[in-house]
Amino acid sequence: MRILVVEDDKDVAGFVVKGLRESGHVVEHADNGRDGLFLAASEPFDAIILDRMLPGGIDGLRILETLRSQRNTVPVLFLSALGQVDDRVLGLKAGGDDYLTKPFAFAELLARVEALTRRGKGEGPVTKLTVGDLEMDLLSRSVRRAGQKIDLQPREFLLLEYLMRHAGQVVTRTMLLEGVWDYHFDPQTNVIDVHVSRLRQKVDKPFSSALIHTVRNAGYMLRTDGQ
Amino acid sequence: MTEARAADLVVRSPASPLARPPAHPRFLRSAALRFAAIYALLFGLSALALALFLWWETAGLLDRETDQAISADVQSLAERWQEGGLPALIVTIQNRLAENVDDNAIYLLVDPALERIAGNLAFWPTSLPLNRTWAELPIERAGIRSLARVRRYNLPGGLHLLVGRDVQVRAELRDLLTGALFWALLVVLVLGLAGAIVIRGLFRRALANVSTTAAAISAGDLSQRVRITGRGDEFDRLSETINEMLERISRLMDGVRQVSNAIAHDLRTPITRARTRLEDAALHAQSEADLHAAIERAIADLDGVVAVFQALLRIAEIEAGARRSAFASFDAAPLLSDLVDLYGAVAEEKGISLRLQSPERLALFGDRELIQQAIANLLDNALKFSPPGGVVRLAAESASGMTAITVADRGPGIPPAVRVRATERFFRGEAARHTPGAGLGLALVQAVAQLHAGSLTLADNAPGLRAVLRLPGTAELAARPAATAMDA
Ligand SMILES: Nc1ncnc2c1ncn2[C@@H]1O[C@H](COP(=O)(O)OP(=O)(O)O)[C@@H](O)[C@H]1O
Ligand SMILES: [Mg+2]
Repeated sequence: MRILVVEDDKDVAGFVVKGLRESGHVVEHADNGRDGLFLAASEPFDAIILDRMLPGGIDGLRILETLRSQRNTVPVLFLSALGQVDDRVLGLKAGGDDYLTKPFAFAELLARVEALTRRGKGEGPVTKLTVGDLEMDLLSRSVRRAGQKIDLQPREFLLLEYLMRHAGQVVTRTMLLEGVWDYHFDPQTNVIDVHVSRLRQKVDKPFSSALIHTVRNAGYMLRTDGQ
Repeated sequence: MTEARAADLVVRSPASPLARPPAHPRFLRSAALRFAAIYALLFGLSALALALFLWWETAGLLDRETDQAISADVQSLAERWQEGGLPALIVTIQNRLAENVDDNAIYLLVDPALERIAGNLAFWPTSLPLNRTWAELPIERAGIRSLARVRRYNLPGGLHLLVGRDVQVRAELRDLLTGALFWALLVVLVLGLAGAIVIRGLFRRALANVSTTAAAISAGDLSQRVRITGRGDEFDRLSETINEMLERISRLMDGVRQVSNAIAHDLRTPITRARTRLEDAALHAQSEADLHAAIERAIADLDGVVAVFQALLRIAEIEAGARRSAFASFDAAPLLSDLVDLYGAVAEEKGISLRLQSPERLALFGDRELIQQAIANLLDNALKFSPPGGVVRLAAESASGMTAITVADRGPGIPPAVRVRATERFFRGEAARHTPGAGLGLALVQAVAQLHAGSLTLADNAPGLRAVLRLPGTAELAARPAATAMDA
């Protein structure tokens, strides 16, 4: 994937660029708003990681607004040291797709960027999700694994749906909290781990192979062993 | 770059807003003096108007009456002359003079050579100009000098008639009146000036109270308060408002001081730990695996520090009240069942039964996300401190516009002695020693309650803790000033 990183802090930018390249992405970097806007507007990218505050008069919000006014729908993830809630709302309102506060864990950034690019592909209305022998019918809201029906609570269904939509990708705990429960704060306790382990009891335990995997220091991933 | 800016500043500083524009002369810059001057001016003007009116109504009236009487006299004499000619006129004049009890009437009829034909004046007054009808002249009557108001009337055939009144007494009265009014005005002027000085003093005294307090406070003594006179007047109300403001400022200052102390104390521990781990690994790590493990643990420590900072910032943001613009009406019933759903799994794992009692609809007005987080913090505490097998109850009810959300557990509770301190930032009780947390949960709940003009009450659940979060159900209740809620 081609990813543009617009970030003026040398250390942060270097760290992000290196990490993304190691994960197999092609990365361009701009260290000010002007170059960032130029690159973003003139070259195709699969995702843009945009710092909110940039030197040179053009900040992240301006870049995004300019892009969106040109009908450029490239997925944008905001990076910001401004952790205030209103700030997040402002970024998302301006057309941002996701928002991450500094300091952040690289695993979190990577997971979110990869989730964004998947979303960016525009999959259209899906009625059925399949991962290995696990099938989810979104219309009848039923789940089967190896032909066997699995009974899920409504929230467990949403959790599994989220994991299946991001199959093969790392999904962090905060992504689940935001995506499944619409919570935007740190719940202090490991509530997500408990919910995932309950889901595992139903989806993985009765079967010979596990689909829900824990990714150390990052989160979870739904995948078949062959993947 | 920096130098250029510094130069800019130096050049600009004379025009800084601190240098006041010289709009008025110096002495007018005193508001007290201005008020006093306005008072004196108004006082003087009204006194002058009064004096003029008095003069018009007394001396002026007398003058006008005299002139009317003279005119009427002239009129009737002229009629007599027309009817009966000269003899009739002479008789009438003599009759009039005989009937004049007050002895103030003056008549004189002369021939073309100004020789006297009839009347009580010896000769035509030389001082009377030929071209004037009305005049006020000195006369001499029966050897007494006096003053007369006269009117001249020319008859056909070169005859001249002079009709008048002796106004000596009236003129004296008028002079007296004028003099009295003049002196009165002078007295009034002095009184006005004295009043102005008194007003200036009152004004200065009322302001001095406020301004000495303000000066003391800017000099750093935040404990000073404006003295209330107890009269309950506008100045008292101003003083009260200022004192309330000072009260709030010093509360905020205390908060800042408390927080910075707490930060110094509570963040030093994890930062020290992370630093020690890293240095230890740098000096003593035997293998790469050791090094990795140490670094990872240090990162976890720093993540903890970041989380504390974020929580502190969030509380500060809430306390600043900026989020009040995001308030809206919403139904909190689904919010509660979602929370029970989220924390229910944790409860189940710990063998705790989490029960929800909520009406079908639960009207709230406020910031949905913050209220969600506040209740989550209460639930988190209840589950964290409850022993396995316990019961945690989440209940909600509305009464007279306010909604009470109760989280009750049957754990150790908070001893009454430290209950008031439980909402302080970084406070952690004895029971919390071996549980994770930074002591910021209840501080946030408290801040959210205050933001909504609601309240947080911690009570004994015998055993356990019962935390009650009261929030407004309607916009009107949420609009109450935060200060009231704070005192409540
Ligand atoms: N439900 C409860 N039962 C017993 N003690 C409690 C409860 N809730 C709060 N406390 C006490 O109040 C303190 C402050 O709570 P809080 O601000 O949420 O911080 P934390 O949960 O991080 O310790 C806790 O450390 C604990 O001592
Ligand atoms: Mg807590």
